[in-house]
Amino acid sequence: MSSAAVTTSSASPASNAGKSIVARLGAAFVGRLVIIIPYVWLLFFFLIPFVIVFKISLSQTAIAIPPYTPALDFSGGISGFLAQLKQLSLDNYTWLTQDALYFNAYVTSVIIAAISTVLTLLVGYPIAYGMARAPATIRPTLLMLVILPFWTSFLIRVYAWIGILKPEGLLNQLLLATGVIHQPLIILNTYTAIFIGIVYSYLPFMVLPLYSALEKMDYSLIEAAKDLGCPPTSAFWKITFPLSLPGVIAGCLLVFIPAVGEFVIPDLLGGSQTLMIGKTLWNEFFANRDWPVSSAVAVILLLLLIVPIMLFQRAQARAQEMDR
Amino acid sequence: MKSLGSIRRDFAPWNDPNAKPYIQFDNVTKKFGDFTAVNNLSLTIFEREFFALLGASGCGKSTLLRMLAGFEEPTAGRILLDGQDLRGIPPYRRPVNMMFQSYALFPHMTVENNIAFGLKQDGMPKPEIASRVAEMLKLVKLEQFAKRKPHQLSGGQRQRVALARSVAKRPKVLLLDEPLGALDKKLREETQFELMDLQQNLGLTFVVVTHDQEEAMTMADRIAIIDKGEVMQVATPAEVYEAPGSRFVAGFVGNVNMFEGKIARGEAGSASIDAGNGLTIRTDNAGTAGAGTAVTFAIRPEKIKVSSKKPAEAVNAIEGEVYDIAYLGDMTVYHVRLDDGQVVRASTMNAARITEDPLSWNDRAWVSFRPDAGVVLTR
Repeated sequence: MSSAAVTTSSASPASNAGKSIVARLGAAFVGRLVIIIPYVWLLFFFLIPFVIVFKISLSQTAIAIPPYTPALDFSGGISGFLAQLKQLSLDNYTWLTQDALYFNAYVTSVIIAAISTVLTLLVGYPIAYGMARAPATIRPTLLMLVILPFWTSFLIRVYAWIGILKPEGLLNQLLLATGVIHQPLIILNTYTAIFIGIVYSYLPFMVLPLYSALEKMDYSLIEAAKDLGCPPTSAFWKITFPLSLPGVIAGCLLVFIPAVGEFVIPDLLGGSQTLMIGKTLWNEFFANRDWPVSSAVAVILLLLLIVPIMLFQRAQARAQEMDR
Repeated sequence: MKSLGSIRRDFAPWNDPNAKPYIQFDNVTKKFGDFTAVNNLSLTIFEREFFALLGASGCGKSTLLRMLAGFEEPTAGRILLDGQDLRGIPPYRRPVNMMFQSYALFPHMTVENNIAFGLKQDGMPKPEIASRVAEMLKLVKLEQFAKRKPHQLSGGQRQRVALARSVAKRPKVLLLDEPLGALDKKLREETQFELMDLQQNLGLTFVVVTHDQEEAMTMADRIAIIDKGEVMQVATPAEVYEAPGSRFVAGFVGNVNMFEGKIARGEAGSASIDAGNGLTIRTDNAGTAGAGTAVTFAIRPEKIKVSSKKPAEAVNAIEGEVYDIAYLGDMTVYHVRLDDGQVVRASTMNAARITEDPLSWNDRAWVSFRPDAGVVLTR
């Protein structure tokens, strides 16, 4: 990326002829700096923390502060440091494969996240479509309404769902009062409540990329499809949906990735018996105070999610190519 | 009516009282809220005609096209195609196809899939689709681009794909919305002739919407000039130019000089027009306008001769001063300010390569024209 920037600047010598060498070097430096900043950010706030977590996952648990050993330090010089490195092992990863709990938690999390993502897509697509087809004057308002829930704490919004879903909650009162049901529905502390919570919480992440994909679509394409003999429903599946696919993929990954590791929603709405990897991680970390095992859980989770993240980036690159 | 212009036309169903109209707009009105886009408009178009709707932007010409395609329904009146009332028939069931101004090519499909789209909708068998697509690609000379996506094509190539896609289904009528608007001038001129050839070869009826009068004049059999949702005149290009029906049409199509005046004396089409300030214009084209009628005398620049001396034989000769000269290569345009202050535009073809122009800025000059050169307008 940086080499490309340099090539373009040197490829036009005529435009640079008037500038001094110092100015040119300065410009090149600023150009590089702009590229370096995000990399530095990623280095400090992603790569280094990840290396630390990875190192802890290779350690052994211990009753100490910090609660694992070895705690790497340089007091013993280079040889002491190397000796400490030798104590690191993959024992925790072996442990994860031996206890079915972890495998089940990963699988359950992926399934719950996948179902929730599909549900969010089903709810979000019509919303985004409606917004994109709304008169241009009211679109900013609609966009605002989608973002509005972010103004309240996420935790409070999830708590509010407890009040709605519990057996004597608002939903059951309403359904009982209108005579739709005669026995209160048990929704709270079930997987249904988790789906409701995830769909509700992550809806904006689905709607926004879908909206941006649908909004920039030229409506004359639909007219052209109809003109060529395509009824409206068929035109949707042949034109609108394929063209919104980058938005669908972006939205699905923006929901799926955080939903896999979701902790708050299953904890508050799903009750104690739900098994999700976020909750397992929490328990290992705070209840068992087993930092090495919880770090290993986190590393595996990250590796699991790298696949969809890479898919996401490929979809984005393709979408950019289509825009050109 | 004696023929106007130099083109002899064998195809002229509009002069045949027995010819059956193919497309008929019957008192069509279209309103968007309070805005009347099309106002009680009637129009007939014949089979195999190349018909142009010409007007400034916002005049309602695109609305007419969209009503024909089925994207808009008329508020009042009816549209007939080959005798069938189109009301209530959705766009996907109408035997017309449209070429969109933006081309509206499907960006996720290759060129051949774009062209095949309408054929697949009709459930045409695969081998037939393939041969029709190949035929269309050959027609628009894009055989080697079949597998490309629209974003890998130039503007001119996209225009061809759009054209191929819209004629692939052999529609009864092809609607073209500013088909050449996005092309540069050279390409546009070439494509105009290609469109005409295509229309001839396929034997389709073309209805084209354009704001470019040159485009309409070049391609169309007949032109409808639309203003504020109403038809001002429907006629062949030569008639529109040489016999405009109103001041609006005369001013809209080409350049024109207009003199306001009153018929002073007239018999059998010939008349003298008193244009004020002692200026009298003699014309053979006064039509039925009687003495005393307020009229506008309109004359095209190329029918006015500019000379430094008063031409001896001229019936109409007015003296003035050369105010501006524009040399355009193929012709030279003179602006002559008459003694009453009106500026007359006259153009002269530069037939010889090297000429000494006897006229220069601020010279005294005479403008002269024949009595049959101009037209008398009462509207």
